[in-house]
Amino acid sequence: MNMDLSRRQFLGTAGAGLAGGALGAFGFGEIEAAFADSIRPFKLVNTTETRNTCPYCSVACGVIMYSKGDLKKGEPAEIIHIEGDVDHPTNRGTLCPKGAALLDFVKAETRLRYPMVRRPGSDKFERISWEQALDRIARLMKDDRDANFIAANADGVTVNRWTTTGFLAASATTNETAFATYKVVRSAGMVVFDNQARV
Amino acid sequence: MTNSWTDIRNTDLVVIMGGNAAEAHPCGFKWVTEAKANRGAKLIVVDPRYTRSAAVSDVYAPIRQGADIAFLLGVIRYCIENDKVQWDYVKAFTNAAYIVKDGFAFEDGLFTGYDEKKRDYDKSTWDYVIGADGYAVVDNSLENPRCVWNLLKEHVSVYTPEMVERVCGTPKAKFLKIAEMIAECSSPTKTMTSMYALGWTQHSKGSQNIRAMAMLQLILGNIGVRGGGMNALRGHSNIQGLTDVGLMSNLIPGYMNLPTEKEVDFDAYMKTRGFKPLRPGQTSYWQNYKKFFVSFLKSMYGAAATPANHFAYDWLPKLDVPFYDVLRAFELMHQGKMTGYFCQGFNPLQSFPNRKKISDSLSKLKFLVVMDPLDTETARFWEKHGDINDVDPAKIATEVYQLPSTCFAEDDGSLTNSGRWLQWHWAGGTAPAEAKRDTWILAQLHLRLKQLYREEGGAFADPILNLEWPYADPGDPTAEEIAKEINGKALGVVKDPADPTKVLVEAGKLVPSFAALRDDGSTACGCWIYSGCFNENGNNMARRDTTDPDNTGAYLKWAFAWPVNRRILYNRASADINGKAWDPSRKLIEWDGAKWSGYDVPDIAPTAKPNEVGPFIMNPEGVSRLFVRGMMRDGPFPAHYEPFESPVINPVSPRMQSNPVARIFQDDLRQFAKAGSTEFPFAATSYRLTEHFHYWTKHVRVNAVLQPEFFVEISEELAALRKIKLGGWVRVWSKRGSVRAKAVVTKRIRPLICDGKAVHIVGIPLHWGFTGVAKEGFGPNALTPFVGDANIETPEYKAFLVNIEPIDWPEA
Repeated sequence: MNMDLSRRQFLGTAGAGLAGGALGAFGFGEIEAAFADSIRPFKLVNTTETRNTCPYCSVACGVIMYSKGDLKKGEPAEIIHIEGDVDHPTNRGTLCPKGAALLDFVKAETRLRYPMVRRPGSDKFERISWEQALDRIARLMKDDRDANFIAANADGVTVNRWTTTGFLAASATTNETAFATYKVVRSAGMVVFDNQARV
Repeated sequence: MTNSWTDIRNTDLVVIMGGNAAEAHPCGFKWVTEAKANRGAKLIVVDPRYTRSAAVSDVYAPIRQGADIAFLLGVIRYCIENDKVQWDYVKAFTNAAYIVKDGFAFEDGLFTGYDEKKRDYDKSTWDYVIGADGYAVVDNSLENPRCVWNLLKEHVSVYTPEMVERVCGTPKAKFLKIAEMIAECSSPTKTMTSMYALGWTQHSKGSQNIRAMAMLQLILGNIGVRGGGMNALRGHSNIQGLTDVGLMSNLIPGYMNLPTEKEVDFDAYMKTRGFKPLRPGQTSYWQNYKKFFVSFLKSMYGAAATPANHFAYDWLPKLDVPFYDVLRAFELMHQGKMTGYFCQGFNPLQSFPNRKKISDSLSKLKFLVVMDPLDTETARFWEKHGDINDVDPAKIATEVYQLPSTCFAEDDGSLTNSGRWLQWHWAGGTAPAEAKRDTWILAQLHLRLKQLYREEGGAFADPILNLEWPYADPGDPTAEEIAKEINGKALGVVKDPADPTKVLVEAGKLVPSFAALRDDGSTACGCWIYSGCFNENGNNMARRDTTDPDNTGAYLKWAFAWPVNRRILYNRASADINGKAWDPSRKLIEWDGAKWSGYDVPDIAPTAKPNEVGPFIMNPEGVSRLFVRGMMRDGPFPAHYEPFESPVINPVSPRMQSNPVARIFQDDLRQFAKAGSTEFPFAATSYRLTEHFHYWTKHVRVNAVLQPEFFVEISEELAALRKIKLGGWVRVWSKRGSVRAKAVVTKRIRPLICDGKAVHIVGIPLHWGFTGVAKEGFGPNALTPFVGDANIETPEYKAFLVNIEPIDWPEA
């Protein structure tokens, strides 16, 4: 997944080549080493790089996310920087005013953290566990489906549709999430089903 | 897009109309800049506002919103009149020569067969004459007065430059300058690209806006070539993918259709899907429909889908209406006919028209479930926020669940960009607190439903109990597992139909592409057009090789493009009837006497002879359609109709003001302002600012700061008329609602003269709401009408009527 040869490694290799090349030949090797030592280490040197694409518009610019910690090693990972991917053929490292601020999206104060419920007539959300929320939602679905499922129309044709609960799918979820959604929604017989492409 | 972002480098002329790529797709727009700098390409922008795209254009022309068809048919008329037609292309690759049935006509704004009560057409005359041999009759001399070309010529004759000016408000000289520049691209060695977005789709005749340009591109020979095409820029990162995978009321993945209740069984369903060629020797690729359909059913129901039960055909829901789109869903909700609703990463309170109706409708639900990474307005529709969300929570009985989901940075999987590239991405961060991936949430719900049905029984449970669910951890499917399902696999041995001794795919292996799919149940495939994305070669969507021979911009080894990694659709049409490139400097694929090859995956059978097989292989004709038969509800040719709220009476057909077949719900009819209304005299439109991404960036501090406050844009002339000051507070209201905003008085918008009358335009950007870190503010959907495009029901957000006045309001 990550680059086989990161840009940072590439620059490092190129630098070494330079030291061993022209400058080295002129006897500047030690000066170069001393100069290199005086430079503060690159801030992102201890981060993990991960390729992603911008979640906003459909240009789908390549981005590189830098995190403290490596998910692949089972560590918690905190993203600390996001920038354009210079290798990406479409955006070639550039980002627009939206993409350039992606870190603030990932870390937005208003990211949701816990399942919540708002009870009928209430003026607030309350915490609820995933188990409670999912059990209740499945119950609500089944009760409505059992009450309103149409197995056959007036002419006796098998139609197996459920029109009283609907599902509005997203605009930025992955194709894999989309297919999983499709399977779950259609197998239940739902026809009130749409996505953001409609608007 | 027929082409790709990186292909725009190859163009000679960019027409941005119905979009604003410089602001809405900035990094893609760089390829326009490249074409200008390196090829000397020109840029034309036609828009009601002088946008940032317009600011770097060679020619800008203003146009009244909702008048694009008149403009485009005017250009087609100009090309025909001035013999600026790529004749070899039109004759060989379009249906110009096809003879249309007697009886088909267009009069007083209506095509033949209109039924006013049903607001629908009997489309039986909108078709070709079929000969005794079963094929469509053609006249290659184009002399027959009933051939498509002559009917088109007659149809567009009314759209003179004078008529264009009357309808669009575009000065005649400007229009003629643009028509002349576009017409130059009829040369086989000059190419134009069309870049459009929601400025064309969000109209009651949005589909026909796009058709009009597609027809123009065919007349100029610009489809299938490098630097050409019809390029829908698309709004969100994966609306292309979500549509490809069929997440719409009437779709099955890969642009197949959910059955209607008229298709009572499998055979009835297949009967209208034979796709017999309409001309000798044509490919008519949809003849393979049954293979894709059966493979889809196998991916849904696995071993439970058998030939004996017609692969569980009856388990698919059957529709009684064309589709339950979002407008119909909210209409049903409003009538109290819905119980529950799920919103997965979607914020309808902000994004659907007639916000009051949306809010009232949500209040009538028993339950609402919101799955989102962000705290959306929809999840809090019951919460009082001053005049911005003026509701009484105590009166709203809806039970609301807000489920935290991951964002892009915490999830693996693929997104499909506007150029049809499926690009894989990887999670790099830990999700906050208890946020979960959507796939986990859906799996958990499905498993619970399954368990409840197992324990309790209930309404027809077979499809739920037998849904194929082959994941290592059933409660948490991985993206890779699902990607393989989408790609498809062989369930039995797949043999070569030409040589049954030859095994194409061993049982259990992933299929290389959709060519291996079968209709006997021996293959499963979730979405046939994506087949090849993850096969035995591995995850092709994750490929990152930037090799691009001769810098054509194809990047065949970068990610995967559907179908079968093809980068430019209809690319066979980049070569002439004999298979030689129209433009040797822009070669794409060519015929070498034995096969097709070149820079792209050929969009034709590799050994199909150029003189025999037409380039538009999905059409039974083998050619493209200037006349679209009965395939669109509102006509085989586009015609100009006014928006449902318009400042003028339709100058082209005064007796038919607006799209005659657009669906209107009875209660909404009362909420439309009359044409030329004095109560609502100004033409409003909605758009997005470059610093914002819909309602998401309200949650992002940087973007909230860059454009902090809701405003409306008006001309200096309108400001003077209504005594509105720059930066002063105004009220803008329509027949459906009212918003409060700061006024930006600008030269970017000017009044237009349409049919002799000054039309003032009010621009209303969208972004604000009442959650996130941005200031609270209103949005255009408080004002917009509840009516959609006649074919696909995209709401008419781009053209409606409002009034405006200055008000006093205390500064926050």
